[in-house]
Amino acid sequence: MTEPLAPPPFDPEAAAAAAERFAAAAEPDVAYALHDTPVGRVVLAATRRGLVRVAYEDFNGGEDEVVDDLARRVSPRVLRAPARLDEVRRELDEFFAGERRAFDVALDWSLVQGFGRKVLQATARIPFGETGSYASVAAGAGSPKAVRAAGTALGRNPMPIVVPCHRVLRSGGALGGYTGGVQRKVTLLTVEGVLPA
Amino acid sequence: MKPFQRFLDEQRDGVWRYLVAAVGRQDADDLFQETFMAAMRAYPREPIANERAWALTIAHRKALDHHRARARRPVPVQDVPEVGVVDGHRVLEEPTWAQVRALPPKQRAAVLLRFAGDLAHAEVAAALGISEEAARRNVHEGLRKLRAEEAALR
Repeated sequence: MTEPLAPPPFDPEAAAAAAERFAAAAEPDVAYALHDTPVGRVVLAATRRGLVRVAYEDFNGGEDEVVDDLARRVSPRVLRAPARLDEVRRELDEFFAGERRAFDVALDWSLVQGFGRKVLQATARIPFGETGSYASVAAGAGSPKAVRAAGTALGRNPMPIVVPCHRVLRSGGALGGYTGGVQRKVTLLTVEGVLPA
Repeated sequence: MKPFQRFLDEQRDGVWRYLVAAVGRQDADDLFQETFMAAMRAYPREPIANERAWALTIAHRKALDHHRARARRPVPVQDVPEVGVVDGHRVLEEPTWAQVRALPPKQRAAVLLRFAGDLAHAEVAAALGISEEAARRNVHEGLRKLRAEEAALR
């Protein structure tokens, strides 16, 4: 049986363009963008309060899984809106070009609570080009003996690079682990002049 | 609920197609923006059972507001034929959809949701808040009127 009415005319490009315009004008709870860096492609996400997530795309299940996780843990009103991440993208580019020693973007810490947040905030206080130890960030978080818990918190850093968990090394100077793979830690420490280029 | 971006990616084409049929190419873009703005405001944390019907119901309400606003404004005597693109060729829009827009409101809504929105009668009924039987009747009456007009033109 033929349809009583022919389907309406359709222009996929016009529909795609309309969706882009919508995403640019809308004010989602979470805006995200992909960004290429010397340590790989990252998914960047921000709320109205500030940057909430930096995720290595290849280490966190890709764009879809990162965005799913944000929808579950922050808000389902998530949109791809690259212009809303322009500031952090610019700061990352400057950091890797050796033109920036500290990030100025506001941070939204809502993905990490309690002791973990204190550890990461202590980590954020380690200056560019310097390093700390798991013991020193545990102490900075108010629990000098909670070294193992500090390591766990660093491994769950929701904003690597910007919250510089790469500056935390094992006592004695061994590099220690890194969520995105240790080669990334080497590259980041090289950018900061801690390791020789 | 899935990320709104994915909902937008999945429902974008269907909503666009529906709105072009419901209000014409010229106004479809504005209503597309309004539809997804409203959808994002109302977007729940819990899953929606039928996302397509939910999106088209919102698009239908925006089209309805549009038709009401137009009814209050003076309308040009003759609409300029609208131009669309099919298989890379510029063609006149199927005159049928312009005729659908001229149907009485209940029939117009039912025919649009059924054939431009591709919803089942039960989904049309849910979108319009009427019984499935009434939805069927409105679709049927609308089609009958369109066929009568077509016959009169021959």
